[in-house]
Amino acid sequence: MTKLAAAILAVLALAGISLFIGVSDVSLPALLSTAPGDRPMQVLLISRIPRTLALILAGMAMAITGTIMQMLARNQFVEPSTAGTVESASMGILVVTIFAPGMPLIGKMLVASAFALAGTAIFMRILRQIPLRSVLMVPLVGIMLGGIIASVTSFFAYRYDLLQTLGAWTLGDFSGVLRGRYELLWLAAGLTGIAFFVADRFTVAGMGEDFTTNLGLNYRRVMALGLSIVAMVTAVVVVTVGAIPFLGLIVPNLVSMAMGDNVRRSLPWIAVTGAAFVLTCDIVGRLVRFPYEIPIGTVFGVVGSGIFLYLLLGRRTRLG
Amino acid sequence: MADTGVQRTRRVFRRPPGSRRVPLSPPQVLAILALLAFAAILAFMTVGARGSWDFILPFRGTKIWAMVVVGYAIALSTVLFQTITANRILTPSIMGFDALYALIQTIIVFMFGGFAFATLDPQLRFVIEVAAMVFFSTLLFRWLFSGAPRSLHLLVLVGIVFGVFFRSLSGLMQRLINPNDFAILQDALFASFNTVDPTLLLVATLAVAGVSIAALRMLPTLDVLTLGREQAINLGVDHKRTVTAILMMVSILVSVSTALVGPVTFFGLLVANLAYLLIRSHKHALIVPAAALISVICLVGGQVVLERVFGYNSALSIIIEFVGGLVFLVILLRGNVR
Amino acid sequence: MIRAENVSKAYGDTLVVDGVSLELPAGGITSIIGPNGAGKSTFLSMVSRLLKMSAGSVTVDGMDVTKTPSDELARRLSILRQDNHIAARLTVRDLVAFGRFPHSKGRNTKADKKIIDQSIDYLNLSDLSNRFLDELSGGQRQRAFVAMVLCQDTDYVLLDEPLNNLDMKHAMSMMKILRRAADELGKTVVLVLHDINFASWYSDYIVAMRDGRICHKGRVKEIMNQSVLAEIYDMDITVHEIGGRRVSLFYE
Repeated sequence: MTKLAAAILAVLALAGISLFIGVSDVSLPALLSTAPGDRPMQVLLISRIPRTLALILAGMAMAITGTIMQMLARNQFVEPSTAGTVESASMGILVVTIFAPGMPLIGKMLVASAFALAGTAIFMRILRQIPLRSVLMVPLVGIMLGGIIASVTSFFAYRYDLLQTLGAWTLGDFSGVLRGRYELLWLAAGLTGIAFFVADRFTVAGMGEDFTTNLGLNYRRVMALGLSIVAMVTAVVVVTVGAIPFLGLIVPNLVSMAMGDNVRRSLPWIAVTGAAFVLTCDIVGRLVRFPYEIPIGTVFGVVGSGIFLYLLLGRRTRLG
Repeated sequence: MADTGVQRTRRVFRRPPGSRRVPLSPPQVLAILALLAFAAILAFMTVGARGSWDFILPFRGTKIWAMVVVGYAIALSTVLFQTITANRILTPSIMGFDALYALIQTIIVFMFGGFAFATLDPQLRFVIEVAAMVFFSTLLFRWLFSGAPRSLHLLVLVGIVFGVFFRSLSGLMQRLINPNDFAILQDALFASFNTVDPTLLLVATLAVAGVSIAALRMLPTLDVLTLGREQAINLGVDHKRTVTAILMMVSILVSVSTALVGPVTFFGLLVANLAYLLIRSHKHALIVPAAALISVICLVGGQVVLERVFGYNSALSIIIEFVGGLVFLVILLRGNVR
Repeated sequence: MIRAENVSKAYGDTLVVDGVSLELPAGGITSIIGPNGAGKSTFLSMVSRLLKMSAGSVTVDGMDVTKTPSDELARRLSILRQDNHIAARLTVRDLVAFGRFPHSKGRNTKADKKIIDQSIDYLNLSDLSNRFLDELSGGQRQRAFVAMVLCQDTDYVLLDEPLNNLDMKHAMSMMKILRRAADELGKTVVLVLHDINFASWYSDYIVAMRDGRICHKGRVKEIMNQSVLAEIYDMDITVHEIGGRRVSLFYE
């Protein structure tokens, strides 16, 4: 427990750093020497605090979402960007943008969730059709499915001249986060909280329908709940800040390497590590070419795929 | 065993003996494909042609030339790559080779600046890039394929993630260089048939021709490599040397196609598997021309239909990704992968 | 003659084959037996240059397998491993014809074609010669591969668990074919076998491996006795003599 407390402190420290990095001078002396209505305080309240909160919320939510998917599919390499979920959510947003551009953010999010849910359900269906599934076949199928969905999306984006807009959802970027534009992420946090309490059921559901029924649980209901949480969290994150590829994959895997697979014990760690990862990458992206910013999607693309490769190649024996 | 399952389905679906259709012989297939390719090229040159032929001929001629070179390079590189890896699902693009080429271009700009990149003779620059590409891809391949054999699923997944990694790394570096350099790099990376550099085209053609001569000389050995590493060694092929040589050839071909049109992930997979399907033979002397012709038909014909008939300009690559992704998924799910 | 001297294979810290020295005489069938993980297949792979040795040397008729050009070796020695998956769709005849590659380099002459036909005949595959490999049963496919190896027409034929996945009938006919190849064609056949009774019934010599080393070798009668087998397999095996040949029982 003390270790976890230390980790939470580390995340808070990172959050503190995140608050004070940027072009505008927002330092303690600046804050204290100016009136609350002046620029430093305004920047802090409107931009820095929302951004930092968004980073923590998105990081925790995506890491937990990845874990849920891994439990449901019983595969360590599944997460929203290797299961077609992210791509389906983007397609949903595109549909809204084409047919109802004026729809409020929450509406966009709900449509995106519906698409994400449908896409993930298709993925789970395909998985059931595979007779002998190898550990690696599952993410492969998911990535391919995602690619197919993405190509349909980009075709229509191309037709309606929306390719540039599409880019904003596929590449995570927190630089546009302001007060009033990130609050949906609290919803993601709430959903993640629910996932926390029913995590055991997801583990059971991952064992299959017969196994679940035998234990007296309603398989379909648990599955539907899990997939809905996954779809909604993904949709919220994609709508507000864009996709962060492989986050939900590498964090649970690294945590499980460090402390085993007891979900109850590792879930808090996964949440904290996810937040720390996202915070760090965003801070790096803000610092490395100061005063310009590099979107977190770009930074995390390198870090995420690099760690994913390490997971794949580093432990050859476990994959068989 | 998995084999027997496949066999059973085959038996069920086999036509009754009387109605069995006689498949076309490989030479017949090749003749039909050649005719179609010719028709596609003719259509590309003539459909919607207005104005003086003095202008149209060199303008469209250069584009056709580039398409044929690229189509052929992709087809040959994919077939060669699948031969040395003894499977039909891995392709150089899926293994992230063209992303690696783009990364090499980015690194060159990153290290020497956009000015040096832009003022360097494009032919010389291409040669340097190809050399770097051959070096690094051979290194990567050797590292992945040596040692204890890895499962094919692992290799495919690793390849895809390597592609993401290379792309992200180039993306990151592109953000780090100054905006002028970035603009120069953008021009080089987002190549298309409409902006082909004629001098580059000449070097590319020579490179592809050189590789083809080398491939022609090792045709029988290529057939043997289809049997897999152990059988090839048993039959007296110096496996390591041959594979390294072919890998270098593949790297050159990938460099050519990526330099001319940029990355196309699934196109090679598509044409190679269509060729295997139509040519019911293992002989490279038949498969390679078939794949090349199919490649030209798809590229040129697809361009004619989309650009001239529907007025979509750059949608071909998106459609190829869509169809290619589907084919990949089907091959994967049918379980023909080891 | 195949001569192995101090051949070892290490993966990291584990020695899979540990300093094996062995002379395999020319002619006849030699079976390599032993429990799982004894290093039999690894040893055979090194003899046939499919796998690099960590130490030691192997010569075939005086030629060092690591230094002799691969195509020259391919005319002396052939190897067939157990798992033969081919991505391309090949007919039986296509596959068997590959056996001539070391001799013809892909340009088969009339003489080559004759040998191809003979090899197909030899394994009773004439009716199936135009069928695709993926349309055949496991036993038929195995026969096609053996036909290819015979078509390669080498003095030495090395087979790694050729009876794997074959039912009793096919296993028996496979062993009979190999016996004929040794007797009629004068081939030196070296096999890795799991079933000691097949080894006993059809071979001339037996080499027993255990823990990466050779623990016994000799004529069939020298190996097929209770005390030797007990030492190899760590279990009680009774040996009975039937019609002058030895059979073992190990079900209790």
